[in-house]
Amino acid sequence: MRQDEPASLGPALPFRPLTTRALGWSALAALAVTAWWGLWVSPPDVVQGQLVRILYVHPAVATMCYVGFGLCALGSLAWLWPRTRSPRWDRLAVAGAEVGSVFCLATLVTGSIWGRATWGVWWTWDPRLTLTAILFAMSLGYLALRRGIDKPQARSLASSVVAVLMALTVVVDHYATSWWNSLHQGTTLLQPNPTVHGWQLATMLASFVAFGLVFAWMMVHRYRVEVMEERYEDELLQAALAARRSEVALLEPGGPGTGWAGREDWAGDGPGRRLAPAPGSPPGQAGVGAGALPPAGGRPEVGVR
Amino acid sequence: MWRDALVVAGKDLRIERRSWVGLNQVLPYALTVLLLFGFAFDQDRSLLAQAAPGLYWLAVVFAGLPAVQRSFAVEAADGAADGLRMSGLEPAGIFLGKAAAVALQLLVAQAVLAGGVAVLFHSRLAGPGLLVASALVSTAGVAGAGVAYGALLVGLRARETLLPLLLAPVLAPVVLAATQAWRSALGLSAGPGGGWRWFGLLACFTVVYLAGGVLSFGALMEET
Repeated sequence: MRQDEPASLGPALPFRPLTTRALGWSALAALAVTAWWGLWVSPPDVVQGQLVRILYVHPAVATMCYVGFGLCALGSLAWLWPRTRSPRWDRLAVAGAEVGSVFCLATLVTGSIWGRATWGVWWTWDPRLTLTAILFAMSLGYLALRRGIDKPQARSLASSVVAVLMALTVVVDHYATSWWNSLHQGTTLLQPNPTVHGWQLATMLASFVAFGLVFAWMMVHRYRVEVMEERYEDELLQAALAARRSEVALLEPGGPGTGWAGREDWAGDGPGRRLAPAPGSPPGQAGVGAGALPPAGGRPEVGVR
Repeated sequence: MWRDALVVAGKDLRIERRSWVGLNQVLPYALTVLLLFGFAFDQDRSLLAQAAPGLYWLAVVFAGLPAVQRSFAVEAADGAADGLRMSGLEPAGIFLGKAAAVALQLLVAQAVLAGGVAVLFHSRLAGPGLLVASALVSTAGVAGAGVAYGALLVGLRARETLLPLLLAPVLAPVVLAATQAWRSALGLSAGPGGGWRWFGLLACFTVVYLAGGVLSFGALMEET
């Protein structure tokens, strides 16, 4: 247990605060460098003019979106596989889905802005756009499903199955939307002779580093939040168990307190509220069990009014 | 597994035959959706004829959601799901049986809807083989995906709203591929060759969801 952690029964918090802080500051610095190069140093494009600057955000953000959903599918598959089943994989899956959804929304927004300036429309039925929109809708469904199930095991199983089916649907969707229509620009960086050079290429690579660090920082924190939620649930469970144990201790003959008869909140005269010890019962025995029935035809006695 | 599937499908269809809830509600609903499409397109006959395949498959998806919900609503009452779990039937058989029952109901609804599309949207048939084959495969896919997701949501508080949220994006490739296949079958796009290509994609989708359901249904029944 590390110094920054309170005593708890749940899983330990991963990553040291220093690590997450270093990651966060690195991400911020890389973002600042990308913004500086992208807005001031990098020249306008010959064809696209100033519009090229959105490419210092959009491709990197889109890549992180797919990495997030890929990690979600990987974590879900590993959780479903009996030999590798561990809560860690489930945490990785939910973190990937949630952070991936944020990047997916950013992809759709930046892509839409770029499309308005390039194609003249905010939205077009391009395969990649359509697929990304469907992915976003699926990820929202995945997250809603997780929130709808209380039992951890059932939640992990259902969401893992959905994530794997989602990944398979994406493959089918990819072919469907590609056959249907294709307008989107092809690969820019990963081709034998990249069409970007100099400061443009450097800025694009810097954007991948920056958004990669932001993605990693968000993943680490989302994973930690998941661990904290598990610990909180464990603590709630332990508190509920302790409360039950103390109630049982009150009921035990000769136990602490005076039994149910000593508890004002259990006093009453309705059925099942017979709390006072019956005549002849040993001291301390009250409420339930022998002697708890009311005298025939009589009003039940209560311990405290 | 196949015998168990027949038992479960027979049970679900018997419940429907006795209650008529599915067809009495789902079918009029689907037909109303078709009429509403007519209002939305301002009765433009040429536009409606062009859009008929897509509108038809949207109506099928809309009809599929209540059909799937109904399929699991009958298991939610009186601990029927527990009874099914402890019946000794193979989970894969239960999944296939429930999917078959939903698919059969959807096929009945589709037959009526197809008549509605022909009359209301003035569609003409050009490739009956492709039309019937793609309808059968798409229906199996819709039913398979619906029952797989329906099983996930049994016992959840917000299952009525979660099912459309989860299922609608998943059915997007079906709507797209079935629409394109039907465009070929109705002579709205060049040649039936492209239609059969879409049919292949529909078959992939159906195999993925039926296999996914068969493999995961047992675990889902135990946990949810």
